[in-house]
Amino acid sequence: MKLIQNLFDRIKPHVEKGAKYEKFHTLYEGHRTIFFKPALTTGKTGVQVKDAADLKRLMFTVIVALIPCLLFGMWNVGHQHFLATGIDASNWDKFLVGSIQVMPILIVSYAVGLGVEFTFCVIRNHPVEEGFLVTGILIPLVMPATIPLWQVAMATIFGVIVAKEVFGGTGMNILNVALTSRAFLYFAYPSQISGDTVWTYLGDRTAVDGFSGATILSYGAAAAANGTDMMDDIGGHWYSGMFDFWNLFLGIIPGSIGETSVLMCLIGAAILIFTGVGSWKIIVSVFGGAWFMGLIYNFVGANSFMLMPAHYHLVIGGLAFGAVFMATDPVSAAQTETGKWIYGFMIGVLTIIIRISNPAYPEGIMLAILFMNVFAPLIDYYVVDAHKKRRLKRATI
Amino acid sequence: MSQIIQFSKGFDIGISGTANQKVHQIDQPDTFAVKPSDFRGIVQPKILVSVGDNVKAGTPLFFDKAMEKVLFVSPVSGEITEIIRGARRKLLEIRILADKEIEFKQFKQFSKSDIANCSRKEIVEIIAESGIWPSIIQRPFGVLANPTEEPSSIHISGFDSHPGAPDIAFLLKEQGEEFQVGLNILNKLSKGIVHLNLNADEEIASFFIKTQNVKISKFSGPHPAGNVGVQIHHLTPINKRDIVWTIDPVSVARMGKLFLNGQYDASKLVALTGSSVVEPRYVKTYAGACLNKLLVGNVAGNNNRFISGNVLTGENVGENGYLGHFHNQVSVIPEGDTEEFLGWMLPSFKKVSFHKAFGLLSFLFSSKENIIDTNTNGEQRNFAITGAFEKVLPMDIMPTYLFKAIIANDYDAMEALGIFELIEEDVALCEYIDVSKNDIQAILRKGIELIRNS
Repeated sequence: MKLIQNLFDRIKPHVEKGAKYEKFHTLYEGHRTIFFKPALTTGKTGVQVKDAADLKRLMFTVIVALIPCLLFGMWNVGHQHFLATGIDASNWDKFLVGSIQVMPILIVSYAVGLGVEFTFCVIRNHPVEEGFLVTGILIPLVMPATIPLWQVAMATIFGVIVAKEVFGGTGMNILNVALTSRAFLYFAYPSQISGDTVWTYLGDRTAVDGFSGATILSYGAAAAANGTDMMDDIGGHWYSGMFDFWNLFLGIIPGSIGETSVLMCLIGAAILIFTGVGSWKIIVSVFGGAWFMGLIYNFVGANSFMLMPAHYHLVIGGLAFGAVFMATDPVSAAQTETGKWIYGFMIGVLTIIIRISNPAYPEGIMLAILFMNVFAPLIDYYVVDAHKKRRLKRATI
Repeated sequence: MSQIIQFSKGFDIGISGTANQKVHQIDQPDTFAVKPSDFRGIVQPKILVSVGDNVKAGTPLFFDKAMEKVLFVSPVSGEITEIIRGARRKLLEIRILADKEIEFKQFKQFSKSDIANCSRKEIVEIIAESGIWPSIIQRPFGVLANPTEEPSSIHISGFDSHPGAPDIAFLLKEQGEEFQVGLNILNKLSKGIVHLNLNADEEIASFFIKTQNVKISKFSGPHPAGNVGVQIHHLTPINKRDIVWTIDPVSVARMGKLFLNGQYDASKLVALTGSSVVEPRYVKTYAGACLNKLLVGNVAGNNNRFISGNVLTGENVGENGYLGHFHNQVSVIPEGDTEEFLGWMLPSFKKVSFHKAFGLLSFLFSSKENIIDTNTNGEQRNFAITGAFEKVLPMDIMPTYLFKAIIANDYDAMEALGIFELIEEDVALCEYIDVSKNDIQAILRKGIELIRNS
């Protein structure tokens, strides 16, 4: 510990004001504060003591909440691989194969993202901010395991620059950074992030006979297009029981790396809600909105996708992951308490509308959240306006 | 009958070193100081004494050019030794070397029945010339009250809910009569009601219960339940163009003493608190006392911060600094000017936090005896987390939006979002819990000054 402190102390004279590498001062500080909580004290006036929590710790809490999803995702990538290739394997083998596939994506995301972040810190002379700590793990978790690494790098650069840095850094962004990255790939390189073949990592092995990598959402879209019965179709899945409700809930299905398991998302949600870092109102209202819209489609019932039981909507696709980890991003979400209910509910409703009524986009949660990110300030505007009017009314009585 | 108003919002910071209820005899400090900066709203202080002058307790030292009738007086008798000025000759401190025996300037004495027959004008004149007036604070803005205005009501908070705060009833022990006389005088100042707001969570001192000519309301809940601003919000909320006055209970009793004895008696009990105080206890001294003698031999460790007031709203005055006019408390806590290896991440049972973020486990024990140092526990960032400020401000106000309106210089929004109802102490908890480590009290004051001067 003293050793690291000495090392930093040795570098310090070179990055101080007026020194040769003055420009890298923010980088130096950023790294030092990762190892050491800084020795800053409170001012002459104002509070003399401050709460033990800071933004770093809150961000770290989110990372802790994401770890169940990450570990399960690694296992599931391996599991789906051996399932599709018809090989019996132990859980350790599955986890190993999965982590060999996932770790490079994670490393690329962090390395590239932090690179962009550091570059901006030096150019714009602002402190290294914690925001990317969470974004760096969210990006891999919403990618398919087969995504080319250069695309991960491209997406990360696009997301960090366009969604965050141009607005002035963490706390100023309008759109969720990780989802902006994903949306970039979705529209720029759709063949590597959508369709039926990207969700299962096969490697150089060949799949078993009858294998199909389709997600339940593409079954739904296909059933709606062909006029077949969706529930019959998924009953006839090549791997029997794949799309049973509880299997969907556990997330032992093909999909993006971290988003398949509702159970793991709920564990994450429990951590976020208990620590107060994530808003339970948003999480609950996203699920509520999705279920409500699912019921309406059940009632309309024009095709068999619409007739899929409403509670299935809650366990398929990325709804749970989006609700727990993306919609709750405090910067891009609605910030008023009433606004959070409206914001979450609308995300749920829009997700289901996109799923069922728009055949071009099998999953809607990403676009629904981005769309509502844009509308969140408007929702807040009206909530705050109502608050002002109520206060004004009090004054005139 | 009094009503009880319940709060669930707020937070009690469990800090060790609350004073035991006994008064320790001390040698009085040699010097005392009057600091114009203790009084918000002074425009241009005009000094009335010079170095070498002898003054009595109650002798005027300076007045404000904007309110010439209101005099600021010496708390003790003695010799003016120093007049300290800062940048642009701003008056910072007037220091007085105190006599061993305090001599008082004699003002007019009143019997209780005399007071009842006094006119408002007469009373205002006496309070203004005797040095009591600057203790009356006007809301909105938290500035000196203007004697030419009449408030719609007057509020007194009978308890202090700040961390380690003194027991107000103990401060006023055996001053029940003077306190009542003070209340009678306040009734003369306003046609409205004089409110005395008490703590519903503790046994209420008998002299508080016996008080007359006031409306008693009781408040229950964590800090800031004892903040008079929060209490006003729930009793007589302030709107634009409303004027409400507040005064602290110690000054009410002092006002009573002034009328009964004809003396400006600035003596007060001060609670010595904080984890670095060996024996937290009360001492008797006068307003503006130098801290050194109050704490001699009673401080542990040598890297401490000496705060006049409490840890949320007090001021770092240093070991040889002077007690603020409104402060009945001194807090001494360790400085936190050291780095801590992985301090932002490692789990801890000891670090006090409102948040339950990963590894901050102090909520499991809710100990009231925590040692808290002055470290900021993180660097300043943009506002990023939402919904937290709202949990420590028991008022119908959206603090995050108000702070953003101030930062954006949006006057209309500031007014509509309730800036008239707040002063620094009301948002001190917001500043404490802010994970982005912004100086919220300073931001609010900036907004208040913008509105005042608009």
